[in-house]
Amino acid sequence: MSDHSNPHAEDHHDDHGAGHGTMRDYVIGFLLSVILTAIPFWLVMTDAIADKATTAIVIMAFAIVQIVVHMIYFLHMNTKSNNGWTVMALIFTIIIVVIALSGSLWVMHHLNTNMMPMPHDMGQLP
Amino acid sequence: MTATTRDTMTNSTATAASPEARTAAFYELEPHHHPEGASTMLGFWIYLMSDCLIFAMLFAAYGVLGGNFAAGPGPKDLFELPLIAVNTAMLLFSSITYGFAMLVMEKGKVRATQGWLLVTAVFGASFLAIELYEFSHLIHEGAGPWRSGFLTAFFSLVGTHGLHVTFGLIWLFTLVVQLSKKGLTPANQRRLQCLSLFWHFLDVIWIGVFTFVYLMGML
Repeated sequence: MSDHSNPHAEDHHDDHGAGHGTMRDYVIGFLLSVILTAIPFWLVMTDAIADKATTAIVIMAFAIVQIVVHMIYFLHMNTKSNNGWTVMALIFTIIIVVIALSGSLWVMHHLNTNMMPMPHDMGQLP
Repeated sequence: MTATTRDTMTNSTATAASPEARTAAFYELEPHHHPEGASTMLGFWIYLMSDCLIFAMLFAAYGVLGGNFAAGPGPKDLFELPLIAVNTAMLLFSSITYGFAMLVMEKGKVRATQGWLLVTAVFGASFLAIELYEFSHLIHEGAGPWRSGFLTAFFSLVGTHGLHVTFGLIWLFTLVVQLSKKGLTPANQRRLQCLSLFWHFLDVIWIGVFTFVYLMGML
């Protein structure tokens, strides 16, 4: 534990929970992000893959990989910070997000497909 | 139990044991010392996770309402991918320049930290300017948030992200002023680390926005 009374403590290495990145981390993270951003934009702007569903799955995969890259190289996530409580909070959040997103889309999709077909112009009804 | 054994050991009468002595046997009365700000980063992380839930709900709303055009314009009529690519680049550049600010902060260089923070602010402000240009362009074309369910969800999601960037910029300028007044005190270093998490977190959210809203909308 370093001495907090020194305002310019340069060797300030007590763990505040957030890891400290190095220049190497930031540069690797940045280069990976540029690549992982450029490829999906290129895929969509040039229609490189004819099948739209395949393109959608590929760019979603790129997004997930890029989020993980950001978590590791920019947010300096690791399983040790704050005795693992940051990772626990993250896992809990991911579970809630997955339930909320998939649940909303699933329920609303079924609601839409099971609705009685309705004419667009209500004025034409008798 | 412990209190009564202690009573017999000190060979005193039962009334001699003070109420504090009895309770102290069951839980700690003396607060053990935590260094100042030791739990700040965990607390801020939990705030970010709750913010993540806000964005998840906005993404869910977009996912549900994104196809309801109400005979109005759709993504292909409205979005310009080159503009979004420039916007994404701005946010990505601001992320790495904030990283550089954190690196010089760890070396204790106040001026350099302020410099990199201001470079970050320039990229962040460019991002906001492009986004505001896009919004005004859409509203000018009659595709405002009132036009359709799709546009309501779009403006809510992207607008909330833009609002976060705006508050991040206000926070950033506040810290630049605080740095020139107080220097790199432990408290200011902690604040910079919190803003670092916030700023990189916004970039993570933007990955979701450009993938799900812009790129998938143009498919």
